[in-house]
Amino acid sequence: MNAPIDRAAALAGIGQPRLRKEDARFVQGKGRYVDDIKLPGMVHMDIVRSPLAHARIKRIDKSAALAVPGVIAVLTAEDLKPLKLHWMPTLAGDVQAVLADGKVHFQMQEVAVVIAEDRYSAADGVEAVAVEYEELPVLVDALKALEPDAPVLREDLAGKTEGAHGRRLHPNHIFTWEAGDQAAADAAFEAAPVRVEEALFYPRVHPCPLETCGCVAAFDPVRGELTTYMTSQAPHVVRTVVSMLSGLPESKVRIVSPDIGGGFGNKVGVYPGYVCAIVASIVLGRPVKWIEDRIENLSSTAFARDYHMKGELAATADGRITGLRVHVVADHGAFDAMASPSKYPAGLFHVCSGAYDIPAAYARVDGVYTNKAPGGVAYRCSFRVTEAVYLIERLIDVLAQKLNIDKAEIRMRNFIRKEQFPYRSAFGLEYDSGDYAAALRKVLDAVVYPALRAEQAAKRADPASPSLMGIGLTTFTEVVGAGPTTSCDILGVGMFDSCEIRVHPTGSAIARMGTISQGQGHQTTYAQIVATELGIPSEEVQVEEGDTSTAPYGLGTYGSRSTPVGGAAVAMAARKIHAKAKKIAAHLLEVSEADLEWELDRFKVRGDPGRSKTMKDIAWAAYHEPPPGLEPGLEAVHYYDPPNFTFPFGAYLCVVDITKATGEVQVRRFYALDDCGTRINPMIIEGQIHGGLTEGFAVAMGQKLDFDAQGNILGNTLLDYFLPTAVETPRWETDYTVTPSPHHPLGAKGVAESPHVGSIPCFSSAVADAFAHLGVTHLEMPHTAYRVWQTCRELKLAA
Amino acid sequence: MAKQLIRVKVNGRDIERAVEPRLLLVHFLREELDLTGTHIGCETSHCGACTVDLDGRSVKSCTVLAVQCDGAEVATVEGLAQGGVLHAVQEGFYQEHGLQCGFCTPGMLMRAYRLLQENPDPTEEEVRAGMSGNLCRCTGYQNIVKAVLYAAAKLREAHKAEEKIAA
Ligand code: FES
Ligand code: FES
Repeated sequence: MNAPIDRAAALAGIGQPRLRKEDARFVQGKGRYVDDIKLPGMVHMDIVRSPLAHARIKRIDKSAALAVPGVIAVLTAEDLKPLKLHWMPTLAGDVQAVLADGKVHFQMQEVAVVIAEDRYSAADGVEAVAVEYEELPVLVDALKALEPDAPVLREDLAGKTEGAHGRRLHPNHIFTWEAGDQAAADAAFEAAPVRVEEALFYPRVHPCPLETCGCVAAFDPVRGELTTYMTSQAPHVVRTVVSMLSGLPESKVRIVSPDIGGGFGNKVGVYPGYVCAIVASIVLGRPVKWIEDRIENLSSTAFARDYHMKGELAATADGRITGLRVHVVADHGAFDAMASPSKYPAGLFHVCSGAYDIPAAYARVDGVYTNKAPGGVAYRCSFRVTEAVYLIERLIDVLAQKLNIDKAEIRMRNFIRKEQFPYRSAFGLEYDSGDYAAALRKVLDAVVYPALRAEQAAKRADPASPSLMGIGLTTFTEVVGAGPTTSCDILGVGMFDSCEIRVHPTGSAIARMGTISQGQGHQTTYAQIVATELGIPSEEVQVEEGDTSTAPYGLGTYGSRSTPVGGAAVAMAARKIHAKAKKIAAHLLEVSEADLEWELDRFKVRGDPGRSKTMKDIAWAAYHEPPPGLEPGLEAVHYYDPPNFTFPFGAYLCVVDITKATGEVQVRRFYALDDCGTRINPMIIEGQIHGGLTEGFAVAMGQKLDFDAQGNILGNTLLDYFLPTAVETPRWETDYTVTPSPHHPLGAKGVAESPHVGSIPCFSSAVADAFAHLGVTHLEMPHTAYRVWQTCRELKLAA
Repeated sequence: MAKQLIRVKVNGRDIERAVEPRLLLVHFLREELDLTGTHIGCETSHCGACTVDLDGRSVKSCTVLAVQCDGAEVATVEGLAQGGVLHAVQEGFYQEHGLQCGFCTPGMLMRAYRLLQENPDPTEEEVRAGMSGNLCRCTGYQNIVKAVLYAAAKLREAHKAEEKIAA
């Protein structure tokens, strides 16, 4: 028998930096992404889109398009009407036009689709469709949406004063959502000797995964079955939606998410293109492929953020926060297609009291319609958590500055202390665990914080210095792993997740999951959980997800759900198998279960170390000679309903140097400490953190989807929309602490989104800090050289 | 549209096809030859997902017409591994966790393959600059840089070993 230490290494279970199983296919060009799928008889679909942001459609002339060689069909809303598919429900309780029904509500909205033999003729067909529009006044500014004379966007909702989330106050109003205790917060502000307030605009950005969205819909008219390959982060939910919309029984609808080239929230929703491709396939009886191009992706599929926030803090003279008040105007675009648990129209924004012990808090969010694309998704974050963290982290900096207290010190004074967990926030969230002060202390020590501040002071004292130095700090908590089915559902389906494990007679295993990887390495990490729980080497554990006809129902991967919910389901399913295995082992060893102890991959008889049965022996016995009264086989399924969210946290520090003459911001140093509880695969965690930090850098330093007054989207190509290259991207330093979640079976909390959520305010904190000695409290994102240079000019630092 | 006959060597294989003059190289590879390892991320020559090797230079195949490749040699990610053995750049990406969703990876690999022939012993800065035509949304590049340096070291070693044998 090998020593336990060798056997543990052979298992490659939890905690091991195991290399990724999925890489072999990807490095050889053998991934299978949706555009790689080619079915016999397949045709291609392309979309006619509106050049205008708000207009009536007077006429659509298909004739020239139908005459284009290769074009098979052109569909408009009129063609979808008889099927009642010209509108579709959104995940947020609104409806969205599949193809524009009489009017367009945003530039690049879907107006018609062309189906043709190949993608080139489909594109020719799109050019040839003639649409006549009559322009309407355009609403771009969300802050003007509720003005009495604002143009009314959603005529289809005329007279509807109740929406999915209560009363609508104006034809352009979607919902009001409130959290916390307004009276208590107001009282705290009345009594407070110190108050600060800041208006913060979180610009509209786009997740922009490297692969755009697309699908291949294949209806089999003989069997009456629909198979759709789709870039979906939530294939099971999509199947339910497709079944509801099409009237096909759910058992005859199969959604397959193949390899996905990044999602970051962009691939959660159901887009008009998917619906049209499915309809076209049903009508034509041929497989239909639709792949959007990058411009379409940036202009029409789900954006993120677009939050106009006003925040206030009340505090004591020594910087203890006593109250928080927030009001947000949320620009949801033309249709409310935000993807979020349905009871939370502002997601989990109420984590905006952050890592701080704030006794009284109140937040109100008003969602409004504008002539822009729908969305409001969680771009590499849990629902609206990025906005919440940005708000509180910027506000606490502003307060520190007003009181002339160091940023690190003011945080230390306000942290929820370790012994306060589980901690109920003023907004009613129950934080599971944390040690915020220890995390911050570790970071400050690592970077030698006092030395940095001394260097900055010297620089500030020297007016001849060509550059400014800024130090940014964030100490944040996330709220992820949606979520408990008592409060979280999507279209009524509770937000559990699932795992089904089958151990084969020879001792290898397959785990099928309700989640779906878009690069997170699920095939590797879930196998590691099985390895540790069941003593089967992770190399011998196959992980499958994404095919609704084989995988158990799950809500998918977004909002850092996979480890908190899916990973827990793996552990729980494995434990069911473990329990049965123990019975079999007791039978084989002719002892009682109480006499057995588990060691890595085997049950041993207590006090008789020579007698043991490995999981491999047990697996064989499960099929070969199951104990009397016990079902043969060795498999289990578990639907995990999390008792609570998990709260990963971190402390980040950033040092920037800003060239006064040009406004260029150089990130000199970025130190990120994350605590995601139990760490399943440190290599993958580090990779996720690098990626999240880089996406955070992109948002803070350059990403913004801008519009002109006519609602023209400015910059919807990669020429304009900022995706950093290896040259701009800073070097990342990472660190960690481990505070397990007390309610998660493995103690894990989820990680991939913290770095995005935590880094963005850190960059803003650093940039504002560079100008703090000149009275600047806050500068709006993105911190492009041009905008920073403008600040330098205003402050007479640059010519 | 009248088709035009082209002859191209792709991953060492001679191909003769009649193609529409407007057909992009990337579509020729993916759709005519079923070499779907080469990806499309933007179609506007920004992302580099479609990077292939054309007559010893890196090109973005979304911005090259197939007819322009008449008489040329093209190498794609499918041609990197030889005799079942991964190329050093492939091994580097695997060992250093240089990929996540894998969508940028074929383009990254093809660019790294060419970069290391242009500069067999690059500094980190040179790798970053040399790879800057390729975007990745997942990894933050840090491990991609490591992967390329890993491959560079490995290739240099192999080269040294070859020279020894020759000498
Ligand atoms: S697809 Fe060619 S550069 Fe993006
Ligand atoms: S690994 Fe996903 S884009 Fe690079």
